[in-house]
Amino acid sequence: MNFLTPTEWAILGLSLKVSLVAIGLTMPVAYALAWLLARRRFPGRMLLDALVHLPLVVPPVVTGWLLLVVFGRQGPVGSVLQDWFGLSLTFRWQGAALAASVMALPLMVRAMRLSIEAVDRRLVGAARSLGASRWRAFLTITLPLSLPGILAGAVLGFARSIGEFGATITFAANIPGETQTLPLAIYSGLQVPGMESDVARLAVLSIALSLLALLASEWLVRRHQGDRAHVL
Amino acid sequence: MCFDIALELVRGERRIACTIASDAKLVALTGPSGAGKTSVLDAIAGLLRPAHGHIRIGETVLFDSAQAIDLLPERRGAGYVFQDMRLFPHRRVGANLTYGQRDGSWITTDEVISLLDIGKLLDRWPATLSGGEARRVAIGRALLSSPDFLLLDEPLASLDQPRGEEILRLIERIRDELTIPILLVSHDPAEVARLTDVVAAIG
Repeated sequence: MNFLTPTEWAILGLSLKVSLVAIGLTMPVAYALAWLLARRRFPGRMLLDALVHLPLVVPPVVTGWLLLVVFGRQGPVGSVLQDWFGLSLTFRWQGAALAASVMALPLMVRAMRLSIEAVDRRLVGAARSLGASRWRAFLTITLPLSLPGILAGAVLGFARSIGEFGATITFAANIPGETQTLPLAIYSGLQVPGMESDVARLAVLSIALSLLALLASEWLVRRHQGDRAHVL
Repeated sequence: MCFDIALELVRGERRIACTIASDAKLVALTGPSGAGKTSVLDAIAGLLRPAHGHIRIGETVLFDSAQAIDLLPERRGAGYVFQDMRLFPHRRVGANLTYGQRDGSWITTDEVISLLDIGKLLDRWPATLSGGEARRVAIGRALLSSPDFLLLDEPLASLDQPRGEEILRLIERIRDELTIPILLVSHDPAEVARLTDVVAAIG
């Protein structure tokens, strides 16, 4: 497999690691938020909705700055992580994953929320009358019927985090081998004269990756619907 | 007493009041469309909370605002056959039937399948069923949950004459062969007259 240089493999590997960890950790949180926003009426719901959407509308560099303020070494959460667990997020790939996860959250919540809202609540009532607890009705009705939205949310979130730039470079910095994901490497390449062909290769790699993610999601959705194509 | 129900429901601007007190095994609840018949069934099944009143079926108190009793829907033992069936679209007919099945059921899967003649449908998806087939599966699913009573909401709705006749005969068989109370909602006097002479009206 020598169509990529070792450096390019490293960049690709880091990008995948950062994005997959980010999406994996964000999925349950995003689904819980989506469910709350879709199914519950509570004080502060509008505020929660706005907060979730903030990373979508605020400039990414501002999101990165907010992460620095909260999760930086002096920040309220960052100092606790540092003192209690010896864990520092700034300048680490875990920090890049956190930035990617925050940026992906609104898109994931939106996709999941739409699919939860599309699940007929009367089916949940039917399940309850058949003897299912709240929890069983959720696991057997709401969760499987909102699966297309979970898949769509994961793919959108993955695409968003693989392309994340502003919040990552602000919060986790641009350190080769640690936080330098594909977009950051492309940016670095553009700063140095004579790197045009390296930049082009990374750009093609980035496009290929996004296309693959898109095709994978199409395939997953089709396979899921399969022989009962009528559903949803 | 089989049915001892007195309740008042508030739905937005509307108030729906319903009183049923009867020892009959099959009681029909009638009234013009929009009178709130389905809301009464929802309240009995625990899917809607009445403003006040009580719901007693057989020996069990399902709801009593004076005693602050309000059983969860899954503890009420209702076999609710919805007007719109509400089969689970992501489960085949067989999996729909057994969804509410519990140990020590008073009726077996085989009995339900032969009573309703749905053996050929088990591997089908709900969306591929005709109206009459879906209705039979919905009734079967409710019976298999081993209910203490049945709630049938317009069981002949959207069925043509022969199919309706088939379901009507089926309800007669359930009434005569099984021993559980049935509350049936209908707007059709002929249908009601054929099944029972105990009628409660609302609206």
